[in-house]
Amino acid sequence: MRVALFVTCINDLLQPRTGRAVVTLLERLGVEVGFPEEQSCCGQPQFNTGYRHATEPLVRRFHRAFREYDYVVTPSGSCAAMVRDNYPRIGAKAAAEGRGRELAEAAALAVPKTYELTEFLVDVLKVEDVGAYYPHVVTYHPTCHGLRMLGLGDRPLRLLRQVRGLELRELPGAEECCGFGGTFAVKNPAVSAAMGADKVRHVLGTGAEAVCTVDNSCLLHIGGMLTRQGAPVRPVHIAEILAGTEESAGTDTDRTEGGPPAARPEESAGAGDSGRGAEGGGR
Amino acid sequence: MSGTYLGMPAFPRAAAVSTRDAQLRANLTHATHTIRDKRARAVAELDDWAQLRAAGAAVKDRTLRHLDRYLEQLEAAVVAAGGRVHWAADAAEANRIVTELVRETGEREVVKVKSMATQEIGLNEALEKAGIRAYETDLAELIVQLGADLPSHILVPAIHRNRAEIRDIFRREMGRWGRPAPEGLSDAPAELAEAARLHLREKFLTAKVGISGANFMVAETGTLVVVESEGNGRMCLTLPETLISVVGIEKVVPTWQDLEIFLQLLPRSSTAERMNPYTSTWTGTVDGDGPRTFHLVLLDNGRTDTLADTVGRQALRCIRCSACLNVCPVYERAGGHAYGSPYPGPIGAILTPQLRGLAGPLEESLPYASSLCGACYEVCPVAIDIPEVLVHLRERVVEGGPGVRDGARVVLKPAKGHAAERAAMRAAAWAFDHPRVLRRGMRLAARTRRLHPRRLPGPGRAWSQARDLPVVPPESFREWWRRTRGGSSGQPSREQGDTE
Repeated sequence: MRVALFVTCINDLLQPRTGRAVVTLLERLGVEVGFPEEQSCCGQPQFNTGYRHATEPLVRRFHRAFREYDYVVTPSGSCAAMVRDNYPRIGAKAAAEGRGRELAEAAALAVPKTYELTEFLVDVLKVEDVGAYYPHVVTYHPTCHGLRMLGLGDRPLRLLRQVRGLELRELPGAEECCGFGGTFAVKNPAVSAAMGADKVRHVLGTGAEAVCTVDNSCLLHIGGMLTRQGAPVRPVHIAEILAGTEESAGTDTDRTEGGPPAARPEESAGAGDSGRGAEGGGR
Repeated sequence: MSGTYLGMPAFPRAAAVSTRDAQLRANLTHATHTIRDKRARAVAELDDWAQLRAAGAAVKDRTLRHLDRYLEQLEAAVVAAGGRVHWAADAAEANRIVTELVRETGEREVVKVKSMATQEIGLNEALEKAGIRAYETDLAELIVQLGADLPSHILVPAIHRNRAEIRDIFRREMGRWGRPAPEGLSDAPAELAEAARLHLREKFLTAKVGISGANFMVAETGTLVVVESEGNGRMCLTLPETLISVVGIEKVVPTWQDLEIFLQLLPRSSTAERMNPYTSTWTGTVDGDGPRTFHLVLLDNGRTDTLADTVGRQALRCIRCSACLNVCPVYERAGGHAYGSPYPGPIGAILTPQLRGLAGPLEESLPYASSLCGACYEVCPVAIDIPEVLVHLRERVVEGGPGVRDGARVVLKPAKGHAAERAAMRAAAWAFDHPRVLRRGMRLAARTRRLHPRRLPGPGRAWSQARDLPVVPPESFREWWRRTRGGSSGQPSREQGDTE
């Protein structure tokens, strides 16, 4: 089984610890993980803003980068949904515009092997207890593309329930969008912020120390609102929770990168590498 | 008199104002959450909902593919049953036809059944200009009309008003339109309903002309169907001597058997009712029963153009249930008026730009009035993939492309005001297709991380006004992988195709 990590552009640049956590987790489960460096962005920001043609080279690139692999695992519900839902559309439209079947074929090869992380764990590896330890109170926000486009259902929750030390708190209005929506957050800032404010209010109401999702893009928005308010809740990707163990507590995937409570980035950014802004592990 | 949607600002500008209206937000949150929860329960009762939904979509698609045939069949059946059929290519023609038909009766007042098509064409305003007064008889439409307001929801046009506001409108305005509100009217729902009942009863009993839309038209028999819950529709459809129905051409279904599907889908989706309370059907005219004269005005007004778009045409399946509005987080916070059309919410965001064309800043902004969360598609009883159409229309906005306007093939130009975004999107896509350039950029971002501001000027302000910017870590994932794994991809393929 040849498994590749599709880390996604946002994680690569802004949340590399999520990518490292996926590697840690999968290797712990006995999976050898590859990282073809040819990979880049799935094209979702361009596609969802209306620039379908600008997305086409990225579809080809995705296909080239991962063609030697049986599985492509990505810690992002929305990037997985981009590949699975929209690549075939991009291929079909290119064919309809008289530009051949090449993109459609690339899409057809990419779709069946692309898995969001929790899908890969539950459906392919058939594992729910990944041996994780995360001694914190956590609430889970099901991000829209994971929930409705991929149909992740309760897979993330099943994984979280098996994590030792973790107390899961139900999030009221969980299925409602956080208001990120990619360029929506910039094109409709008033509505996006209003949606985010309600999501943050619900998160704070749970009393959780951390809010967890399968998408760091939504967490940038939710976390950005939380830190602006100085709220003591840390946004954390599910991969980082699942990668944590008793032994690793205090290393890369847990405390040094901001185990709760979160330090405010304003403080950490200026005051040396501590708290959330820091990348303590692996220097 | 009522307001007008003409000249409304682009969605983000309108929403920036409406999201700050605490009363509006509270009214909408309460109302939409109540309806959405009831709908979810009503739909969950049916084991075969998914099949019903698929059947509804399939019947609509098949009918739309052969729309010309079914419309001619419908016309022949209506005429055979004693009705008259008029074809209106656009709003102006429809208004002209209806005004002329009312004039022929010599009447100066008409009663109306709640109708989206007549809202779409601005019929009341057109009649007003011709000296004809149109009385809305649906309770919520009455509230909107008395308040010189605009509908903000397809099913519940006065959803933005609460009981106290409605009491004030009734007290202030009813006397100017007819029977005044009772002395000491409170905001108890039963009292408000009774005040409306007494006020409207006078209109029903005196009106000689009724105007309606229709939810469905059955081609095989020429039968029109109106689905409502208050009984005002039944009054308007049966008591007047002349009935004029303005109906969009996409409302036709081939047979009564097809209708069966929609009479299950619509009530549960819209009002969360198992069965619709008042379902009125009529076929032409009948001696000694109901209106003596019946006119059907078939309205195109951009529908044929929409039908030409293979992705966008699914919007014509819509049965106006408004389930998508009730689950939409954007609608809930921005309110219906921000959509600048009688069709608000997710369906409005795909219908208005297609019916009117991407005609101006408002229409061009509507496809972006969504976070693409997909809740609308999930609840749509005829499976309109609204996010798919939104993205498709966004492409039309920024890239232009082929389209049909007024029946003629045109090539749309990209909208103005997207030049900077277009350049940025193309540059980003180019960089993402050139990993060495990208890696250099990422390294630069990491090295300058301590210089990054927490808030941005210019367009970036939209992000950093409400949220902190993320801190760029010192090492990208890619760099970490290279450093710890020696640049090997771990497995099969090596980097290639980088044409830097």
